[in-house]
Amino acid sequence: MPVITLYYNHLLSLVGKRKSVKEILQTLPYIALDIEEQTKDYVKVEYNPNRPDFSTDYGIARALKGIFGIEIGSPKFQCTGTNVSIKVDPSVKKVRPYIISLVAVNGKLDDEEIRQMIAMQEDIHEGIGRKRKKISIGIHNYDVIKFPLLYTTENPNFKFIPLNSNTSVSMKEILESTDVGKQYGRILDGQKKYPVIKDRDSNVLSFPPIINSELTRVTKNTKNLFIDITATDLKVAEDALAIMAITLFDAKFKIQTVKINYKNKNIETPNMKDNIKNLRIDYVNKLLGLNLDTNEMIKCLARSRISASKDKNIIKCRIPRYRIDVMHEVDLVEDVAIGYGIHKMTATYPQSSSVGARDTLMSILDNSRDVLSGLGMIEVMNFSLVGKEVQYNMMNKNDDNILAVEHTKSIEHEVLRDSLLPSLILTLSTNIHESYPQRIFEINKVFTADRSNIKEYFSIAVAIAHKDTDYTEVKSYLQAMLKYLLNVDVDTVTGINPMLTDGKSAEIIVNDKSIGIIGEVKQNIINNFKLRVPVSVFEINISDALKI
Amino acid sequence: MTLDVKTLHEIERKLIKALTNGKFTLNVLTQQTGLNIDQVRRGIEWLKYKNLINVNEKTIKFLSLGIEGIKAIEKDLPERILVNVLNSLGEVQSIPNLKLACKLSDDEFNAAISNAMLNRWISRIPNSGLSNTLIRTSQQTRESKEEIFLKKISLSSVSYDSLSDEEIKAYQSLRKRPNYIEKKETKNIEIELSQHGLGIVEEVNKQSETERTIDVMAPAPIIFAGRKNPLQDIIDEAREIFVGLGFQEIEGPLVQNSFWNFDALFTPQDHPAREMQDTFYIAKMQASRVADKKILNNVSNIHKKGWGYKWNINDIRRFVLRTHTTSVTIRYLADNKPTETKIFSVGRVFRNEKLTYKHLAEFYQVEGIVVGKNVTLRDLMGLQTEFYYKMGLKKIKFWPSFFPYTEPSLQSMVYHEKLGKWIELFGMGIFRPEVTIPIGIKNPVLAWGGGLERIALLKYELDDVRELYNNKLSWLRSVPKCQ
Repeated sequence: MPVITLYYNHLLSLVGKRKSVKEILQTLPYIALDIEEQTKDYVKVEYNPNRPDFSTDYGIARALKGIFGIEIGSPKFQCTGTNVSIKVDPSVKKVRPYIISLVAVNGKLDDEEIRQMIAMQEDIHEGIGRKRKKISIGIHNYDVIKFPLLYTTENPNFKFIPLNSNTSVSMKEILESTDVGKQYGRILDGQKKYPVIKDRDSNVLSFPPIINSELTRVTKNTKNLFIDITATDLKVAEDALAIMAITLFDAKFKIQTVKINYKNKNIETPNMKDNIKNLRIDYVNKLLGLNLDTNEMIKCLARSRISASKDKNIIKCRIPRYRIDVMHEVDLVEDVAIGYGIHKMTATYPQSSSVGARDTLMSILDNSRDVLSGLGMIEVMNFSLVGKEVQYNMMNKNDDNILAVEHTKSIEHEVLRDSLLPSLILTLSTNIHESYPQRIFEINKVFTADRSNIKEYFSIAVAIAHKDTDYTEVKSYLQAMLKYLLNVDVDTVTGINPMLTDGKSAEIIVNDKSIGIIGEVKQNIINNFKLRVPVSVFEINISDALKI
Repeated sequence: MTLDVKTLHEIERKLIKALTNGKFTLNVLTQQTGLNIDQVRRGIEWLKYKNLINVNEKTIKFLSLGIEGIKAIEKDLPERILVNVLNSLGEVQSIPNLKLACKLSDDEFNAAISNAMLNRWISRIPNSGLSNTLIRTSQQTRESKEEIFLKKISLSSVSYDSLSDEEIKAYQSLRKRPNYIEKKETKNIEIELSQHGLGIVEEVNKQSETERTIDVMAPAPIIFAGRKNPLQDIIDEAREIFVGLGFQEIEGPLVQNSFWNFDALFTPQDHPAREMQDTFYIAKMQASRVADKKILNNVSNIHKKGWGYKWNINDIRRFVLRTHTTSVTIRYLADNKPTETKIFSVGRVFRNEKLTYKHLAEFYQVEGIVVGKNVTLRDLMGLQTEFYYKMGLKKIKFWPSFFPYTEPSLQSMVYHEKLGKWIELFGMGIFRPEVTIPIGIKNPVLAWGGGLERIALLKYELDDVRELYNNKLSWLRSVPKCQ
């Protein structure tokens, strides 16, 4: 989850000096910000991905002021119209159809504030922008741009001077040879022409979603900003632009609109219209277990920076455009709870009586563990995802029918195991310096592919290692286990298994049904795992055994 | 060090009594005490540790028959053969005659003559001028000391130190003859009572068997208990708490299709959690049947409405290793449509992560669910409080949080007394209407859950979560059940 650094000085200047660092630190968790790191100058907090408006300290200060009661209700926002416009060429439709924009003037950003703006831009790119696939944001120096702009497409060989460069580079080259090009170029895979934003004099502003031009670079001397957002998803673009707008407004910029001229329609952005939602009073109280009246509830919402008013039996909420997390009435319930203060809510216990019980199969597994540990065995715990080498190759098993996962980060976790025995042998091999005899068991799920289905069932496996162990010993344990567990008698009939020594290998039969295998482990497997003593084993499918 | 004689073990007692008679080797002590060699060795160790005996290493020379010696036992010594021949031929014989009849080699014959003379069995006839003539001198030719000695060592090898003066002479005589006697040296330990040991002999002898006690402070041999896995103990503890709180256990597949793991839980199809970097998908297989049409339709509509994108039915067929147990819960709710229920499950969940001291690719998650007409967020807080209380965690607080399928959402912080700090434990919330309505659940659904390994690390005081799955027998054989 995204993390942001808050310098106390800056944050206090936004919240108001009346508050102390201590009060702020105590309050952050109650607006869902997790403290990750704390020093004498700053605190690092993690915010939830549904709240990209928390990606700068302006956004966090906005919420804190509400909770502290310094400033409540929907935050103030103003913007004025301009003649700045962007013409959209229909050729962008195939590659990146939308562009929206705003102008922010008469502001001033210091280094720290520039850093925050860039961090916000990156967080939005990564989160709701889905790594720039859905949207990408360009921040430019307004003063060097000659309006109107044209959002169009160009051939990959089209050249301009990209950010941090002093020579013209083709778009193709940018994709092939720069870090951002390699990282985000995939978004443009299969496109014959790439999007580009140009000004009146055909100077390039940006090659979205990859890189801006050097021409419009923002420095700490930049006072007037031009923001563009290009997108494949207009709603998300508007969400992001609303967050940019309110943030720049709080940073003391004057926001001006931009006219976007599509072929068939003209729009003006940013669109900061409130989202109106009705909230039922009893719905809130019922979910939270509180008994708030309408006025109290309106106050709670105001502290969560949502202006609301009473309308008969419901509350009409005017949700500011930047609060993109409010999708449903239920999201407002949480705003009431946060405005009320989670720490003020006391715990209650649900008034219903019920009888608890373990699952039947799980109880049988519990009993299996009791019986096997009563027989002196130690339960081990291995992963379900195992390496192919250990599970198949080293165990003489062919790997024709494996259940592999895609893109694993470790070859030790690449297939779902179809038997617990290889893991037990591996466990023994990591314990060769411990005293013998070693008697271990595992009870867990195993998996097999069955045409288009995956079957999973619980398996019980036992392995015994010491210099004198043999088939007879492990059979004694098998008999004892099945007798004590299920009161069944077991038969073993000669069977052939690639893991087990011929002539000392059998199938386990209960009531004419095969439920598992038993035997002495083949010498070459003992050697593969560098074991120094013989090993005898059995494994049964407990799900099958229970059907008997 | 004063020693309570009563604490001596029976083995020690027997050894002390035997040693009252002198110094002995292990073998001798075995014979004298009737104990077996292992018992004697063990007893010697104990007594040595208690300073009651001295153990001296000693080199012992053993004498036994050589090849010629064995022949001599079978056929007699050459001097005996000589005398016997002389006897049968007549008392006086010339040397060449005698030599012919004796069938001895030159060396043997010469030696036989000189030895027989030394034994005074024969003599030369004096002044006869017939220096080649021998005569038997005594009627009775008694056994020589050499013969007696050879017979003795033919029965068993003999220690050099135990020889009598006569035997030493016999040995010295026989030693001159090649390959008659072999001398071997072995190192042996010899045990005797120490000064301290001699001091308690009397008391030991007085002590009757019935009064005997054992050294209760002595360490006993180590044996290991069979046991459940320590992590399973934590799992079972959580299950027991749930059952105690009136919850029914459910269990379900680890491999799910994407629909139940993500879509049914209102996770949009382009959500980062669904990417392969984070989630394990099964290669080359797709589910043929996912859910009934009505539910598919409902979920499709709610995604379109809530997230504003076109839901793709092909994305839901992929098999995924469940990323949370909630996929089982939601399926249970969809199948049973309860209006009131309390259920829980504990099971493995997966994340495509590299293993580190903090992260595993699969781990146990516990989850509790309450469905009810009047259940509230405060009830959820109450259930958590109760759950933690039963785990021994009594200081709890709640913070708002975020999960894609619950709203409102909280996270619980519990104060860990030993560590002296607040730690984050389970997350919780009320299922979003976008989750419950498509599957036909009308009442609020409270849900909470989290990983169990974290609790295991705290309980077993481990720093590296991988240790729970290392299966080191040294750890499994030593970690206590109650901590």
